[in-house]
Amino acid sequence: MSATTPSNYRTAATAGIASPRLQKSLHGLQNRFGKGAMEIWATMTDQEMRRRVKDARMNTFAHLDIILAELAKNVRTRGGQVHFAATAQDAIAYTLAVAKRHKVNRVVKGKSMTSMEINIDPVLEDAGIEVVETDLGEYIIQLAGDKPSHIIAPCIHLDRNQIGELFEEKLGIDYTNDPPTLTMAARRALREKMLTAEMGLTGCNLACAETGHISLVSNEGNIRMTTTMPPVLVALMGMERVVATLDEHREALQLLTQAAALQKLSTYVSFLGGPAAEDDPDGPKEFHLVIIDNGRSKILADPEFREVLACIRCGACLNICPVYGKIGGHAYNSPYCGPIGGVVTPLLDGINKHADLCKGETLCGACKDICPVENDLPRMLAALRHKLAYGSDLWNTSQHSPAEAYVYSFWKIVIGNPRFFRLMLRTGRFLQRPFVRKNKMVRKMLGFAGGWTKGRDLPPLARQTFAELWKEKYAATRPNPIEGQNEEGN
Amino acid sequence: MAGAPVSLFIQCLVDTMFPEVGEAMVRVFDRLAIPLTYPDGQTCCGQPAYNSGYRREAAAAARHFIEVFEHAKAVVCPSGSCVHMVRHHYPELFPDDPVMTERAKAIAAKTFEFTEYLVDILGITDVMAEYPGTVTYHDSCHLSRGLGIVRQPRMLLGKVRGLELIEMQDSDTCCGFGGTFSINYPEISVAMVDEKITNILATGADAVVGCDISCLINILGRLSRRGEKVEVLHIAQILAGEKGGDA
Repeated sequence: MSATTPSNYRTAATAGIASPRLQKSLHGLQNRFGKGAMEIWATMTDQEMRRRVKDARMNTFAHLDIILAELAKNVRTRGGQVHFAATAQDAIAYTLAVAKRHKVNRVVKGKSMTSMEINIDPVLEDAGIEVVETDLGEYIIQLAGDKPSHIIAPCIHLDRNQIGELFEEKLGIDYTNDPPTLTMAARRALREKMLTAEMGLTGCNLACAETGHISLVSNEGNIRMTTTMPPVLVALMGMERVVATLDEHREALQLLTQAAALQKLSTYVSFLGGPAAEDDPDGPKEFHLVIIDNGRSKILADPEFREVLACIRCGACLNICPVYGKIGGHAYNSPYCGPIGGVVTPLLDGINKHADLCKGETLCGACKDICPVENDLPRMLAALRHKLAYGSDLWNTSQHSPAEAYVYSFWKIVIGNPRFFRLMLRTGRFLQRPFVRKNKMVRKMLGFAGGWTKGRDLPPLARQTFAELWKEKYAATRPNPIEGQNEEGN
Repeated sequence: MAGAPVSLFIQCLVDTMFPEVGEAMVRVFDRLAIPLTYPDGQTCCGQPAYNSGYRREAAAAARHFIEVFEHAKAVVCPSGSCVHMVRHHYPELFPDDPVMTERAKAIAAKTFEFTEYLVDILGITDVMAEYPGTVTYHDSCHLSRGLGIVRQPRMLLGKVRGLELIEMQDSDTCCGFGGTFSINYPEISVAMVDEKITNILATGADAVVGCDISCLINILGRLSRRGEKVEVLHIAQILAGEKGGDA
């Protein structure tokens, strides 16, 4: 993940806002999926379910070492191999070694956010291995040399005309913008890749410790082929994907498909329990599960942020966030975009580095309401800003803006001193005079506040404050009815 | 005189930019014969500092607020986001000071948003107001999602003589204000308020009404820049029975 500097966040956001095509797509997405998920939560009969799944997730985190050990034991019992990777580099090195051992020339991928987080594709490609995405959206992104802009709908920023042009150029078909024809073209191209690849590489939606299996949710069937045709399968999972029991697994899965796509169950759910065996011939010859930390232990250790690990990567918060709905996913410059990306990207990759993701939201709370596991993302965004305000040794974060900190320490003096506060107001009223226009609005402000007047006017300070009016018009006729009232004047 | 005395907390933006909203509240309470006071020395609830991460500074503002309003029976404020700050964040601002935490909780328990106080505490939905015209209502985020105040303002508007409420599409979608967000990310903020304005204009209402002046300033500022003629009013101005005002 590269840094999100103020200029590139704002620039990419502005570009997104300026694209009518993107605006149309995002509007359609939010209207359907954001509203749809809220409707499901409002009408589901089991109103305790979300809280229950959240509690189970948090309970799992309280015993994560034991539960991951149980998962590893059960996967190994079935003949699977488990590798614990402390870092992205570690996970990449392990996966590359597996590929080299089997002289792999081609890898087919199931959609995996974790693979993007660790950025494994370039390393495999540098080793001479062809990497092919098999999820249709991800495949389109890969052909276009683009980046995903949504957790579930990676090419939401492209429309069918663009995809038609892309397929014409890359797949050599005649131009069409007919979705079924385009899908069939992708299917033909991908089928050949899936049948000839020596290795499959997937993520993991959920891993169940009790049974020692992982689950993958898809709607296209590509996961099924990716995980059964190639002789070797490597599944990458963030260490927080684990659930303890099959019961908890079922409920989390139900929330995932409803939140992500308004489906009671997705078209395909693949349960992978290890390599093929004599009595169970389907599946790869070798099955590797790579359990990745890559900064998650640090989140786990901080009670302020631990709950973000409960996220089930449904993408629902993107489907309701009014900021994401305007700027699109590319502005976040991370595989994890939207409100969840605003919290998890800084935590995994550096708070200073991604300060704009911490600050670039309105804290409106819509993401909290839609989250299937009731994660309080606005609370965590505010907590990240707290780290930026003063710096944090624990998070290896330095003070983001000494100038801003100075402004707030001055503000603190003003707010705590009513006389000074009133004096500042009178000064402001005097200084604003040249800026107030005929329509009684300020059209241009200087310095820091100039951001406001870029697209808006500002009402000026009133001739008299309410405090002054109260004294003049109301106070005398109203004896203070409350004993012991603070008598400090202004 | 009926009812417990109310201590007005006039949010800093109302105090300094829209004092007429504070005066409208006074008229509503006078009409209901509720005794009022306006404690001296009040400044700002501390929300700007809190939302920007400056919790020590926000805690100083909270301490000041608590000192000013400690003896009040009920604190009533014409702003959902300030009440949200007091109710939900003050008790978290003094993690190492149990005494201050208790004082913060006590203040939190008796601080109310204006429409919430009228409907939930006083049980009043008809304030005998009149407003001849059509309005649409904006649900501000901290008010609706943070405090759960959605039906109270609508119940009050529903009883205003002559007023017709036309609901806009996505009334509870953020207007894009977000405090310093609006200054730091003006492009995003303006794109958001433009969508809000599209929804406001689609209703054809004469005025847009809300309970948070901060959102209303954002909407007003953009309407003014675009040259749109829709009026922007705080709900207190409607309930005071006065059409118009400078807002």
